[in-house]
Amino acid sequence: MNQRPAMDLSGLPTFGHGPRSPTWWGTLGFMALEGTGFALAAGAYLYLATLWPNWRLSAPQPNHWPGTIVTLLLIASLVPNHILNGYAKQCAIGPVRIGMVVMSLLGIAPLVVRWFEFPALNIYWDTNAYGSMLWVLLGLHTTHLITDVGDTIVLTVLMFTHHGYSGRRFGDVGDNVFYWDFVVLTWIPIYLLIYWLPRLG
Amino acid sequence: MSSADITSERDLPPESEASAKGDIAPERDGPRDTGLDDASLHRWLARTWRTPRGIIGALSSVDHKVIARRYLITAFLFLCLGGLNAVVMRIQLSGPQRGLIGPDLYNQLFTMHGVTMMFLFAVPIVQATGIYLVPLMVGTRNIAFPRLNAFSYWVYVSGGLFAWVSFALSMAPDVGWFAYVPLSGPEYAPGKRADVWAQMITYTEVSSLAVAVATIVTVFKQRAPGMSLDKIPLYVWALLVTSFVVVFAMPAVMITSTFLILDRLVGTHIFNPAEGGDALLFQHLFWFFGHPEVYIIFLPATGMVSAIIPAFARRPMFGHLGLVLSLIAVGFLSFGLWVHHMFATGLPKLGASFFTASSMMIAIPNGVQIFCWLATLWDSRPVIRTPLLFVFGFFFIFVIGGLTGVMLASVPLDLQVHDTYFVVAHFHYVLIGGSVFPLLGAAYFWFPKITGRMMSERLGRWHFWLAMVGFNAAFFPMHIVGLWGMPRRVYTYPAELGWGNINFFISAGAVLFFLSFVLFAFNLVHSALRGAPTGDNPWDAGTLEWATSSPPPSYNFARIPIVTNVEPLWAEREALPVATGLRVDVRELVVSTVAEAHPDIREKSATPSIWPLLAAIAVGATFLYSIFTPWAIVWGAAPIAVTLIGWFWPKGDPEDEG
Repeated sequence: MNQRPAMDLSGLPTFGHGPRSPTWWGTLGFMALEGTGFALAAGAYLYLATLWPNWRLSAPQPNHWPGTIVTLLLIASLVPNHILNGYAKQCAIGPVRIGMVVMSLLGIAPLVVRWFEFPALNIYWDTNAYGSMLWVLLGLHTTHLITDVGDTIVLTVLMFTHHGYSGRRFGDVGDNVFYWDFVVLTWIPIYLLIYWLPRLG
Repeated sequence: MSSADITSERDLPPESEASAKGDIAPERDGPRDTGLDDASLHRWLARTWRTPRGIIGALSSVDHKVIARRYLITAFLFLCLGGLNAVVMRIQLSGPQRGLIGPDLYNQLFTMHGVTMMFLFAVPIVQATGIYLVPLMVGTRNIAFPRLNAFSYWVYVSGGLFAWVSFALSMAPDVGWFAYVPLSGPEYAPGKRADVWAQMITYTEVSSLAVAVATIVTVFKQRAPGMSLDKIPLYVWALLVTSFVVVFAMPAVMITSTFLILDRLVGTHIFNPAEGGDALLFQHLFWFFGHPEVYIIFLPATGMVSAIIPAFARRPMFGHLGLVLSLIAVGFLSFGLWVHHMFATGLPKLGASFFTASSMMIAIPNGVQIFCWLATLWDSRPVIRTPLLFVFGFFFIFVIGGLTGVMLASVPLDLQVHDTYFVVAHFHYVLIGGSVFPLLGAAYFWFPKITGRMMSERLGRWHFWLAMVGFNAAFFPMHIVGLWGMPRRVYTYPAELGWGNINFFISAGAVLFFLSFVLFAFNLVHSALRGAPTGDNPWDAGTLEWATSSPPPSYNFARIPIVTNVEPLWAEREALPVATGLRVDVRELVVSTVAEAHPDIREKSATPSIWPLLAAIAVGATFLYSIFTPWAIVWGAAPIAVTLIGWFWPKGDPEDEG
């Protein structure tokens, strides 16, 4: 079919941050589906909890301290996370490299404490359905945490190579910041469900 | 809109320069398409966008059309396999107490039939059609996240192979396509059959989730300049809404299958009422996915109908806005119906009434769609060709299926016919009428675009009538035999019940219906080899996929079109307005704003890569191994991580740097 040029796009930039970039939307899409998975798992837990009048099924209370420490660590990590985002927007390679190292460490720290969370649940997954659901919820979030920390570490290494200084990479850092917010956000309701809901009953 | 509207922002200065002066320098630039003559433009783009030669090249392809073609062929093969399952079952049921197959094989047959048709045929094929058409219809050069798209195909194939190899080893799931506990739980389903169901479900859903995200981002961010929300073709709207339904529904079945395999493999008690779990929880979770699943299959088909009708009615669709709103309404309402699959489980009456009401409510937006289609045809002189015949078939069959659906939404009737052939008849009317007939119409409609050749019209008409007669002969009597009380999923029945003759008739209809697909397959192959060659736009349709050659080149469009109307090719018959200024030496496409489709970024699109295949192999092997030991997840994590790093690590292509 015949064509007539009617618009010149040569002046467009080659990368954009946040909602301008397709990757940001892709990340949002994955958050939506993972968030749905979390919501359904939490829903399943609440469904069982309301179904059985003696919920917790005579199990001992979980020890909340490791979980509380993880929560505090995660919330504290939001501050450097957003400082890093500012540098990524400015495409400032030096501070971004430092920020990525900091965020890798702040990802590993809650994972270390997470190790102590499982025994602190004071029940095994195969004891009863209450135990199963605690392990499932904690397991889901741990998987989430491990994959994002792995991703952060790889990106950190990448930022130290000659591939680091590129618009696309700074966009990746921005999306990594965005995703970490999501990892922290999803933890809060799970934390409340695991450690504080059993204390209500 | 003009080029003056486009905000030009800085590109990144070279690192050394930036640290030295903090100044703005030009990007590492390459040749642009501005002013290039058509022949050189084609040479440049063909070299930049080609899929590499050789077997590794083919396995590395990220071209959405190549991937979609593979998907379409694979899904069609699974349709044939699922159809053969059905034929075998119908031969067994054609008379009372036939000894052709025993109960164990029969259980595997109906499970494989359901699993194959739902997870390996219906969902993949509607998504595959979208993978092919959506980027063309929105006027872009490739789907968003092309490597994720390639990965999704490999995961899908490995899931399908896994299920069918298990079947060959007599290890196929035998617990029905929805695998209710406690039947599928550790106590009543020893062996590995239910595990095959669980893991196969999980990975085919990984695949369709990946496609859904890629489709959403393609529609949101890669539309041609000027294609504001009100100018998006209805088919693309349908795929967009479907993808959202996938994003919110598929995680439910992944959670269900994961819970099931945990119960079976590591001894959790999520579905075990003896230890504080609950068996009905399985049904809630499954149908929270399972009902939207019906609309995941149906909505893209309505999009196909909305694409076919204007082309043959020779006028734009009546009630475009109403159709878009109906699609969105159906998408939302599809999440509010799941409990109507569970009326026979003794739920509280008030809850059941709520779900009766919502089940009836979804008939409203679907009715709006049907009236808009009829109004478009009414106000036109339709050109009746095979695609439109299948649309007529769709009206007839789907309306019957919809009406029995409204009947089943009422609790007393549902209790009476629950788990009988009445339900089997209903959902085949809905699924085959609502999805397969439009798909067949779509095959005739878009075949010339995909292959550059027309399908035989004469064989097409034979195919249509054979399918129409065969389908109704096979499935209509099932309503009757269902009302007589014949339960589904029985491998035989005694002669005294008097169901012999009607079942013989049903089986004859089923064979006829199967033969219609044999004829269709023949028409596909014959036309692909010998069909009459066709031009860009054989139907004189109005959407962008018809603006490029048939089959489209690897880069889809030599220049990105500018959209001025919902049927852009009808609005710009003299010459299509196009945009210039893109690089031709790297894979560049236009990223635009979500609502207005205002051009915003010249984005690089990913180059071919073998890593998505390797990642899919790592994921597939991990899932397979996980049937045998939970440690598979630990051991599998390393190869998965390695392949993902290989996938994302830049290889020095300009496309990686941006």
